[in-house]
Formats: sequence, C-alpha cells, structure tokens
Amino acid sequence: MVTLYLSLLVLLPLAAVASQAFDHGLASFWAAVTAPESVAALKLTVIASLITVIINGVFGTMIAWVLVRDQFRGKAILNAVIDLPFALPTIVAGITLIALYGPKSPIGINVTLTQFSVVLALLFVTLPFVVRAVQPLLLEMDREMEEAAASLGAGGLTIFRRIIFPNLLPGIGAGVALAFARALGEYGSLILITGSIPFKTMVSSVYIFKLIEQGNNPGASAVSVVLLLASLLLLAAVGFIQSLGRRA
Amino acid sequence: MTGSTASRWGLRTAAIAYLSALLLVPVGMIFYKTFEHGFSTAWDAITTPNAIHAIELTLLMVAIAIPLNTVFGTVCAVLLVRHRWWGNRFIDAVINLPFAISPVVIGLSLFLLYGVGGWFAGISEAGFKILFAIPGMVLASVFVSVPFVVRETVPVLQEIGTDQEQAAQTLGANSRQTFWRITLPAIRWGVAYGVVLTTARVLGEFGAVSIVSGQISRQTETLPIFVAKQFENYNQTGAYAGAVVLALLALTALLAMNLFKGKEVA
Repeated sequence: MVTLYLSLLVLLPLAAVASQAFDHGLASFWAAVTAPESVAALKLTVIASLITVIINGVFGTMIAWVLVRDQFRGKAILNAVIDLPFALPTIVAGITLIALYGPKSPIGINVTLTQFSVVLALLFVTLPFVVRAVQPLLLEMDREMEEAAASLGAGGLTIFRRIIFPNLLPGIGAGVALAFARALGEYGSLILITGSIPFKTMVSSVYIFKLIEQGNNPGASAVSVVLLLASLLLLAAVGFIQSLGRRA
Repeated sequence: MTGSTASRWGLRTAAIAYLSALLLVPVGMIFYKTFEHGFSTAWDAITTPNAIHAIELTLLMVAIAIPLNTVFGTVCAVLLVRHRWWGNRFIDAVINLPFAISPVVIGLSLFLLYGVGGWFAGISEAGFKILFAIPGMVLASVFVSVPFVVRETVPVLQEIGTDQEQAAQTLGANSRQTFWRITLPAIRWGVAYGVVLTTARVLGEFGAVSIVSGQISRQTETLPIFVAKQFENYNQTGAYAGAVVLALLALTALLAMNLFKGKEVA
C-alpha cells in the first residue's frame, strides 16, 4: 500500500517528466537545455545558490553557536523564529522582502529586479537549514576537548579551527547540501522580487514555468530533468554525509 | 578573558543583526504596511468575495491533505522502523524527494501525467476533471507535503524501542490493540509535529498549485495565488492583507511547532 501510494503520487508523475524530456530524442533534449536563455537561467541558479549557501553556511554556524553557547534575554524567542522561513509561505517571503528592500523601501534600499534580489530571497528561505543541522552537534559536543586545548595554550581561533570546526563539519555539510537543493528549486519567493527578467534575473524554475505557459512541455521537461538530477545528487550527498557522521 | 568577552558580544551582535535584517524587520514591515491605512482598509481587502473564496479553498486543501498524509505517514513510519524488508531503502529515498524537488517541477509532472496526451489523460476524458480543478490541486498539495509526518515520526519510533509493544503482545494484545493502545500514544507528539509542518507547507504551496490550478479567480485561486495576483495588479493593500493572513497562520504553526517539539520523546 505504502509503495503504491508513493508510486502513484510521486514516482509516476516524475517518470512522466523524464519521458516527455526525451520524447523527441537526445538531440532535442540537449538543444532545449543548451538554449541561450536556458543556459543563462541555469548559470544564475547555480551561482546564486552557491553564494547563498556560502553566506548561510557561515552565518548559520554562527547563529547556531550563539544559540547554544551564549546566554542572553530573548534567546528562546530568537531560537523559535529561526524556523519562520519554513513556516512562512514563499510568496509571503518575497512580499516581506519587497516591503523592506523594494521600491517603497523606508530605508532607501531597492534591490528589486537585480541579481542581488535573487540571493536575498534565497538567503531568506534557506536560513534554517544550516542552523538546525549544526545546533544538535554543538549541544552534543564534549566541552572537555576545548578545555584541554585551552589549557595547552591554544587561543580561541586555534580551538575553533582545530577542534570545533572539524566536529561541526558533518552538520554544516548536510545543512549546506539541503539548502543548496532548496535554493536550486526555489520559485515562490523569487517571482515578485526579481521581476523574472530573461538573461538577468530569471532562474531555472521561473524559466520552466515560462516554458509551460508557452506550451513548450518538452523544453520545460528537459530543464526539469537537469534540476531533478541535481536534487538527486544533493540528496545522495546528504545521505553520504550523514552516514559519515554516524560512523565517526 | 576580555578578548573572549569581546568576541562573544561580537558574535551575538552579528547573529542578531543578520536575523533582524533578513527576517525580523521584513516580517514586521508587512504588518506595518498592512495596517498603515487603518484596520478597516485591510479588513475590506481580505473580505472581498475573491479573497474569501481563496481563503476557503486554501483551508480545504489543508483539510484534505492532512488526513491523507497523516495516515500514510504514520503507517509508512511504522513500516520503515518495525518491519525490515528490501523495499525500505527505496521508500526511504523516495520519501525525501518532494523536499528536494522544485515545486515547479512537481507541478509540471502532474500537468504532464493528467494533461492532454498524458498517461492518465483518460480520467479527464471520462469526465472527471483533474487539471484546472480541485483534484489536481489536492494532488499537488499532497505531493509536496508527503515527507513531513514520516520524517518526524521515524526518529520517535526508533527512540521508544519495542519493549512496551512486546510486553503488550506477551499479555495477549493483538497487533491492532498494540498499535492503538501502545504505539500511537507514544508517538503522538512526533505525529502532531509532522501534522503542523504539513499544514504550514500546504497553506503556502504556490509553485506546484499555480501550474495545475490554472489560477482561475473564485474557482481555483488559493490564498498564495490571490496574494501574487493582487501584487501583480498593483493592489498593494490586498496583497499585504492577504500576506498578513498567511503570515498569521504561519506564526500559529510556528507556535505549535515549538509547543510540540520538546514533547516528542516524553
């Protein structure tokens, strides 16, 4: 029953995409993927997602650190709002950012219709991944190792580089991979703030949507297959990192 | 010590500043923008027939997707943890797919399967409309929210172990009694947490539903689609008011998440 539910609901539709993508042969699949507009969208998607996960990798680790090791009033509230991007509908995420960083910005910063807006929206929706992957590792971590290093004369930076960072790496890696997968496919938060300008701010998911509206199902399917493969690779990477973490 | 105190303050300030700039202030802004022309303006904007229909439709999606994915998720989790067979690894991998796949690709996949010339086109031809109608939107909502209950229930099941279940069986309970009296009460908070996540996801689903629904006003327009349309039509009041309704629902979900989280293994 479980297998049937999953197959009917998830696998069969995805198989339909793959079938449609290669319906007219490998050559037309390749032509659709390498069309200039498609290449520009894929490039932007990958680069913006990479920048996003690097920034959120650093800030996510830092936020997790502050939430676990620091003590201050209001920390519990801060800890609770981390999950807000998971709970907030993506379209609201986009409008939220436009309210502060849009044309009527009260602080005079307007990022709409720029490539920076792509990164900004992706930073918002992927914020919780690294924080939530690193937090449990920090909670479990043995403080004795750090104390031993400190008593042997290691400075704060050395302790972080040699002790803390290696211990957190599986969490950071898993969080970054999940965030990357999410960023590659993001749609709702991007359509309003980026303006979806071809060759400039149009990411692959928006490009796929545009192709569907134009009735170009084989083209949309071809680009979808590329995104699907990337998702599968990232999921496999997460599984691999987690199995490494368990062994260690 | 002064050095470490300084770095502690530095980290704390940087973390709070980042969260404020990215999350807290923007979310605060939509509440301000919604109510800056008074409460009644915002109220009027979300009580138009179109808006009310969109809200009702969104709640209908939640009402259908939750029971389906809760029953499936619980059964699937029990199967994954308690019964070892070759298909487990496969199910485990497929369960995670909706997390990693773009909602647009999910929408397209349903569009192709049930659309003209698709493998299941026969269902629509027989008179049961799936695309541009509620059944298609339900399929999209259920697809995107499949993993949550399973993902939250599996670790709880692993944690509680099988001692109590075995004791119940030794005392003569059949497997049905064991499930209802022992297993389900033990995993209820995990399931509840999964249900909250499912709710939040279905409420906000936009990309997949946009494609299969056709976005027809007062027919297949959910609240997120309503918000996007209002924004594109330069009706900022309507867009912000709709966004605030969704944000309030999300905040409620967030509150429930924090309530359920600590109780998972109690």
